[in-house]
Amino acid sequence: MHLDFSIIANSLPYLWKGFQYTVQLTVIAALGGLFFGTLLALARLSPIKWLSGFAGGYVNLMRSIPLVLVIFWFFFLMPEILQWATRAERPVQIGAERTAIITFILFEAAYFCEIMRAGIQSIPKGQVNSAYALGLTYGQAMRLVILPQAFRNMIPILLTQTIILFQDTSLVYVISATDFVGAASKIAQRDGRLVEMYLFVAVVYFVICYTLSFMVKRLQKKIAVIR
Amino acid sequence: MTTYIMNWGVFFDELPGGGERYWQLIVSGIGWTLAVSACAWVIALALGSVIGTIRTTDRPWMVHFGNAWVEFFRNIPLLVQMFLWYFVVPEFIPPLKSWIVQTDPANAQFVSAVLCLGLFTSARVAEQVRAGIQSLARGQRMAGMAIGLTQPQVYRYVLLPMGFRIIIPPLTSETMNLIKNSSIALTIGLPELTFRARELGEYTFNFFEAFTAATLIYIAIAMTANRVMALVERRTAVPGFIVGGAK
Repeated sequence: MHLDFSIIANSLPYLWKGFQYTVQLTVIAALGGLFFGTLLALARLSPIKWLSGFAGGYVNLMRSIPLVLVIFWFFFLMPEILQWATRAERPVQIGAERTAIITFILFEAAYFCEIMRAGIQSIPKGQVNSAYALGLTYGQAMRLVILPQAFRNMIPILLTQTIILFQDTSLVYVISATDFVGAASKIAQRDGRLVEMYLFVAVVYFVICYTLSFMVKRLQKKIAVIR
Repeated sequence: MTTYIMNWGVFFDELPGGGERYWQLIVSGIGWTLAVSACAWVIALALGSVIGTIRTTDRPWMVHFGNAWVEFFRNIPLLVQMFLWYFVVPEFIPPLKSWIVQTDPANAQFVSAVLCLGLFTSARVAEQVRAGIQSLARGQRMAGMAIGLTQPQVYRYVLLPMGFRIIIPPLTSETMNLIKNSSIALTIGLPELTFRARELGEYTFNFFEAFTAATLIYIAIAMTANRVMALVERRTAVPGFIVGGAK
C-alpha cells in the first residue's frame, strides 16, 4: 500500500485547533474535577448521613457506567436541564464542545474524589484532633492542616489521573466535537487517508503521554526521598 | 413549550420494520457487550500474566520487552487504538484485509474490538501481576532457589500461586473497566449495549428511558462481575491469609 504523509502537513492548522481544544478540555476538567472532587471527598467523609450517602451514590454511579454512556447522557440531558433552568420555550443547545467540558468536570469529580479521599485518610487522625484542640474550626482544620498535606501526598496520582483524562477526552468524538481525534478523523474521512492520519494521532498521543508519565515517575521519586 | 414525554412502554413497541421489538435490540446489545468483554478478558489475562511475569525475571531483554509492551498500550488513547486495529492494521496485512472485505461487518468489528480491548487490558493486567509478584517477600524467591528449584519452577510453584491471589481485588476492577471500555467499540460500529441504547433513542426519541435501561444493565453486570470475583477470591483463599470480599 502507498502511504502519503503530506496530508498531515497540509492539515496542520486544523489539527492544531483540535489539539488546543483537547488541551483546554483536559485542563478545565482537571481543575474543575479536582475542585468538585475535593468537595465530594469531604462530603463522603462527613458524619452527616445524607451528605455522605449522596456523595457515595454519585461517585459509585459515575464509576460504574462507561464514559461513553455518561457523555451521551449529558449530551441529551443538558439542553433539557437548561430549558428547565432558564424557563426557555424549547431545549437550549450549547454545542458539543461546551457540553463536553461540563460532562468531563462532573465525571472526573468522581475519580478525583476517590483520590482525595485516600489522601485525606492517609493523614493521621491525631492531626485532626490537634487542629481541633488548637481551636480551629472544621473549615480551618481542613483548609490549613489536612487538605494541603493530602493534596501534596496525592500529587503523583492526581497527575497520573490527569494523563488518563487527557487520553479519555478523545471520546468526545462520539458527540462529534472537534478535539484532536475529531479533527483528524474529519480530515481522514474527507480525504480517505485514515491510515496516515490515525498513525500520526497515535504517535502524537504516545510521545506526549509517555513523556508526561516519565516526568511524573521522576517527581514521585523526588517526593518519596523528601518524605 | 416543548417538554419531554416519558414512555416506559417503548421497550415493548415494534421496530419500524416490524417483527422485532425494542427490548430485543437491547438484549442483542448485551450479548455483544458480554461476548466482546469475555473474549478480550481471556486474551488480557493470558498475555497479561506472561508479560507481567517476565518483567520480574532476571533477564534484561525480557524486562525491557515487558516494559515496552505496557508503555505502548498505556500511552495511546483506547479510542485511537480501536481505530488502529479496525482501519490501519488490516491495510498492512493483505489476507486480513481481504477477509474483512468479504465477511459480515459485525465479524470484522468484533475481531478488531476483541484484539484491541484484549491487548489494551493485557498491559494493565501485566502491571498488576508485576506488582503482585514484587509484593511477595524476597525470601520466598530465595527459599525456592535454595531448595533447588529452577527459575521457572520458582514461578510455577512459589511466586505465581501467591501473586495471583494477592491481585484478585485489582483484577476485579480491571474486569469492570474492561466491560465499561467495551462501549468504545461503538465507534467502529459494533452494536453493543451503548450503541443499541443510542439507537433506540434515535428511533423513538425516548433517550431517557433507553439510557436509564443501559445504565441499570451496566450496574447489574458490574455487580455480577464483582460477586463472581469475590467468590473466586474466597474459593482460592489460603488459610491464615487475610481475604477480602468475603462478606
